[in-house]
Amino acid sequence: MSNLIPFVDYLVLGDHPHLVANECTACGARFFDRRNACAGCSGTEFHKVDVATEGEITSFTVVTFAAPGVPVPFVSAIVDCAGTSVRSNIIHVEPTPDDVSLGMKVALATYSLGLDENGVEAIGFGFQPA
Amino acid sequence: MSDDVWILGIYMTKFGKYPDRDTVDLAAEAVLAALKDGGVSMKDMGVLAAGCLMGGGGIAQQIQKQIGQTGIPAYNVSNACATGATALKTAIMTVKSGEADFGLAVGVEKLAGAGLLGGAGKSAKAGSTWTPQGRYGEVMDTEGRVGTSGMPGTFAQIGMEYLHTYGSTSFDVFARISEKNHSHSTLNPLAAYTKAMSLDEIKNDIMIAYPNTRPMCSANCDGAAAAVVVSDAKLKTLSLEQQRRAIKVSASVLTTDPYEEACQVLPNVNTLTRNAAKIAYERAGIGPEDLDLVELHDCFATAELVHYDNLMLCEEGGAVEFFESGATWRTGTTPVNVSGGLESKGHPIAATGIANIWEICHHLRGEAGPRQIEGAKVGLAHVIGLGSACGIHVLERSGL
Ligand SMILES: [Zn+2]
Repeated sequence: MSNLIPFVDYLVLGDHPHLVANECTACGARFFDRRNACAGCSGTEFHKVDVATEGEITSFTVVTFAAPGVPVPFVSAIVDCAGTSVRSNIIHVEPTPDDVSLGMKVALATYSLGLDENGVEAIGFGFQPA
Repeated sequence: MSDDVWILGIYMTKFGKYPDRDTVDLAAEAVLAALKDGGVSMKDMGVLAAGCLMGGGGIAQQIQKQIGQTGIPAYNVSNACATGATALKTAIMTVKSGEADFGLAVGVEKLAGAGLLGGAGKSAKAGSTWTPQGRYGEVMDTEGRVGTSGMPGTFAQIGMEYLHTYGSTSFDVFARISEKNHSHSTLNPLAAYTKAMSLDEIKNDIMIAYPNTRPMCSANCDGAAAAVVVSDAKLKTLSLEQQRRAIKVSASVLTTDPYEEACQVLPNVNTLTRNAAKIAYERAGIGPEDLDLVELHDCFATAELVHYDNLMLCEEGGAVEFFESGATWRTGTTPVNVSGGLESKGHPIAATGIANIWEICHHLRGEAGPRQIEGAKVGLAHVIGLGSACGIHVLERSGL
């Protein structure tokens, strides 16, 4: 499937798309970015862990006004995935406060961001109502 | 003699639009007026700390070149929205250390018409092949595609998170906080916007990031503020009038955010503020119930709510109820942002962390005119810069 590329490198594509985190071996803190060391304990050993694909919205906003190039409106949310917080768009909903709620159950979903000139398709992720 | 440090002179320019003046003009106005207010001159100063977040750097030396190159150490500080508070703390620390008798701090910014700041702004890469970049290996700008890291959306989520944590559905509370601050601003001639706004006007204005509409966001504007600090020993050699108007810095605290789950996903502005407040109350030997007024960092209406709790002005989880009791109106038990706050007074970033101190000093000196909080003895000024840095100063009148 070399004609697909994940939008971010912590998104794993395939039959069961999911997110992976860098988990600190010493203290269990989880990070989505490339690490130099752990922000919690300064440990330098990490291993990859799969993050739950279902969760609950603990906060959200509907961004209706943004810098040029940012596609508005969109729903930004923090999703608690079994103890690991994830920042994501909420997709497949109307981007209004009436269609999203605090505590709403959501599940990870992927969508296409288009092809590049080599025909490679970028795949993004979001969460949608479960 | 003690190692107390005092604010001897302080000044803020009117906040607003200054198309014909540059940052050095505004900073020079603030510094010269703060020196005059304190009855001292540039030659007395032993240290200068200056900030201009969006400037090109070297603002301290640019100011010196216009108003006095005395050869003293100068610090150019940059600490997001806590830049002004950091400059002030730098001057205070220098005086406290004994390296200088007098210190000068100034913050200045020109932001009128700057639009949205932070997080957003990079447009999607128009590259011809998807190429992972950065620490997340993203193939395109993440803003709007992996949620938001822009200021309005981030602070909107911070407020919504508070409601979720404590099970409140009072979504109107944020607009009502904004109504309060816009009402307060009508008494502040130095505020950028001084118009009262009804709840309906606020709610029906342009939505920026739910639940914050435009009047619930801090106002971009130009402005500067400066303060002169002095050691306790030196103050005692000055005139009785200078001693009477001097304001004691009972605590000057700076914190950053300690690691907690989720803090790199949604900035946690709560823990570092709470930590700073605890240290500040302990150093000052007071509690939140002793505060006669508070200027806190309402960069968005949603932020003001959470900081009621973080500064322990209310019971944990009780911020909505606390606001609804009327406590934070200027007639309430703990007046908050009687200046009008960042939503109406304006937020020229590096000036903010000294301008809020000016507001408190103004009341503690009994010089605040029609908006005076009667008999104010002790106040607290708070700023937070996303990233994050929190500055808290507790201030007390001299009692002379
Ligand atoms: Zn760790």
